[in-house]
Amino acid sequence: MIIGATSAIAEATARMLAERGDALYLVARNEARLAAIAADLSVRGSPRVGCEALDANDFAAHEAMLARAESFLAGCDSVLIAHGTLSDQKACEGSVELTLQELNTNALSVVALLTRIANGMAQRRAGTIAVISSVAGDRGRGSNYVYGSAKALVTAFLSGLRQRLVKCGVTVVTIKPGFVDSPMTAAFAKGPLWARPERIAAGIVRAIDRHSGTVYLPGFWRPIMWVIRTIPERVFLRLSL
Amino acid sequence: MASRLVASWGNVFRAPHVVYDMRGRDDSIPTLPPGETLLPFGNGRSYGDSCLNQGGASLQMRALDHFIRFDRDTGVLVCEAGVLLADILRLVIPAGWFLPAVPGTCYVTVGGAIANDVHGKNHHREGTFGRHVRQLELLRSNGTRTVCSQAENPAWFAATVGGLGLTGVITWAELQLRRIPGPWLDVESVRFANVGEFFALSEESERNFEYTVAWIDCLSRGKRLGRGILQRANHGQERPRAVAPAERNRSVPFPPPVSLVNGLSLRVFNTFHYHRQLTRRRRTRDYFRSFFFPLDGLLHWNRLYGPKGFYQYQCVVPTPHAREATVELLETIARSGQGSFLAVLKGFGSVASPGMLSFPRPGITLALDFPNKGPALERLFESLDSILTSAGGALYPAKDGRMPGTLFRAGYPRWQEFSEYIDPACSSSFWRRVTEGA
Repeated sequence: MIIGATSAIAEATARMLAERGDALYLVARNEARLAAIAADLSVRGSPRVGCEALDANDFAAHEAMLARAESFLAGCDSVLIAHGTLSDQKACEGSVELTLQELNTNALSVVALLTRIANGMAQRRAGTIAVISSVAGDRGRGSNYVYGSAKALVTAFLSGLRQRLVKCGVTVVTIKPGFVDSPMTAAFAKGPLWARPERIAAGIVRAIDRHSGTVYLPGFWRPIMWVIRTIPERVFLRLSL
Repeated sequence: MASRLVASWGNVFRAPHVVYDMRGRDDSIPTLPPGETLLPFGNGRSYGDSCLNQGGASLQMRALDHFIRFDRDTGVLVCEAGVLLADILRLVIPAGWFLPAVPGTCYVTVGGAIANDVHGKNHHREGTFGRHVRQLELLRSNGTRTVCSQAENPAWFAATVGGLGLTGVITWAELQLRRIPGPWLDVESVRFANVGEFFALSEESERNFEYTVAWIDCLSRGKRLGRGILQRANHGQERPRAVAPAERNRSVPFPPPVSLVNGLSLRVFNTFHYHRQLTRRRRTRDYFRSFFFPLDGLLHWNRLYGPKGFYQYQCVVPTPHAREATVELLETIARSGQGSFLAVLKGFGSVASPGMLSFPRPGITLALDFPNKGPALERLFESLDSILTSAGGALYPAKDGRMPGTLFRAGYPRWQEFSEYIDPACSSSFWRRVTEGA
């Protein structure tokens, strides 16, 4: 099951899974886009593709959606949560509503989904949950801290969930992509640190297959983020990142 | 809206464009400020300015990369226009199908292949790419969507196939694939000592081989003028134990400060390449990728020509004058000492091209890359143009960045009829250039 299936990273991941013959259940807001993706994945080799239009912020609808996915797939062994919005930091600074809405979409809706999914998998004592967090969650930066703090919440939540579920045989994978060249970032100038969604997708599939804990994608972000986390606060305050 | 530098494959032309993205096939064409124009842009493999719209907008089509339907029994594939031919081949070859016409690179979009009505090494059998398009959807800036085929809205179909993206946006297309026994080809490479031998060999090869193409040493002169190696091939049976070579993609990371293609490297390469084949005739079993798309193994190979980029000159000389004009063209090029590693000669067959502006027509096509040397190169091009004009030939818009408007209009006599079908929101640098003052 993929939630946020129309995102570029999720779609690239779904294509890889379809090509190897996995059945898929796709969830996203845009129904027309979802239908186009579902048809494409069938052609690429997925034996069964189901889809459902849903706004992740409609928490009340989660339970029924998860039940439908469960029955469509006759037991769902892997979940990828990939939905999110790249917050407009400047606009958030001037608006409480917008800030809370961004936190809702990028953090709370994920927590709501994870709580339900985790309990189901814990009961069955099997499954893999992969969630797209972000390098932005590793340290709050002046230019992007609303999005960053939402992702920090997700990262911390996943870390705890992983510790809790490891005893039940459930894998929790935290995926931290760096800059990804996708429609979400269409407005940015691209440099050498940018990666194509296909490259991130290959890393996600590998992480799911290997039951990894936390992966940075591409891998060079791990040392970069280590440096950024270890910069002393006094110095960090003077940087504009 | 974001403004971004958009370049074409030859790296000579790059210009800032206001960039829009098509996100889904149900999207409409973005509304532009009055007087502004846009041009659909696929994967940027056109060499000159036919994929650019300097001073205007570029509508990026690559996000329309979904398959819609694939019937594994009949070989009918429906997909969005931004799908790459590479993706199609990856999907259909394991199912025993192949595209009936492929150009020299598989990194072009379906929309681009239609808009340039591309051709391949089997033109003498199958004709152009457009002939295998069963139908397509054309989206116009006024919001109308028209399904076009040879039977339905045939005039719109004829304008859009080879229409250089000017008739509107192709959103999806339905293609008829062809059966193949497997991904391997039985290839025969035959050396020929001069252009005279080429003609005899080419004619003979076209009878017995589906694919033919010749590499020529563009520097050899006199009795050796137009010597080279002709490759001819047919699809071969699947070899049960053959291992498909891995898709390795080496890349030229950045353009070297000067072109690596120059007089010296050219002479060394051409002489070596001609003599590398020790026997007159050599038989090999090639994987489809290395036979059809030898250059795709080196990503960004266009960067080898350095920061100034390169031009390609691809012309067709119609049958009545094909022989004499080809000899004259080759003599002129050899005398100039300019040229490239890849000079290609191929016979076009008599299968009619479906587009009003399609390039292929019965005759001989010659294609050469030239490092951009400024005025010296333009002088050479002008003498080639005059040979072409008197032979009644034409240049290929997809490869062109400099042909005079008079040459275009003489080579494409239906251009005025075509212009009735241009979408009012669409324009291109190429189109403005070749119709200016007409």
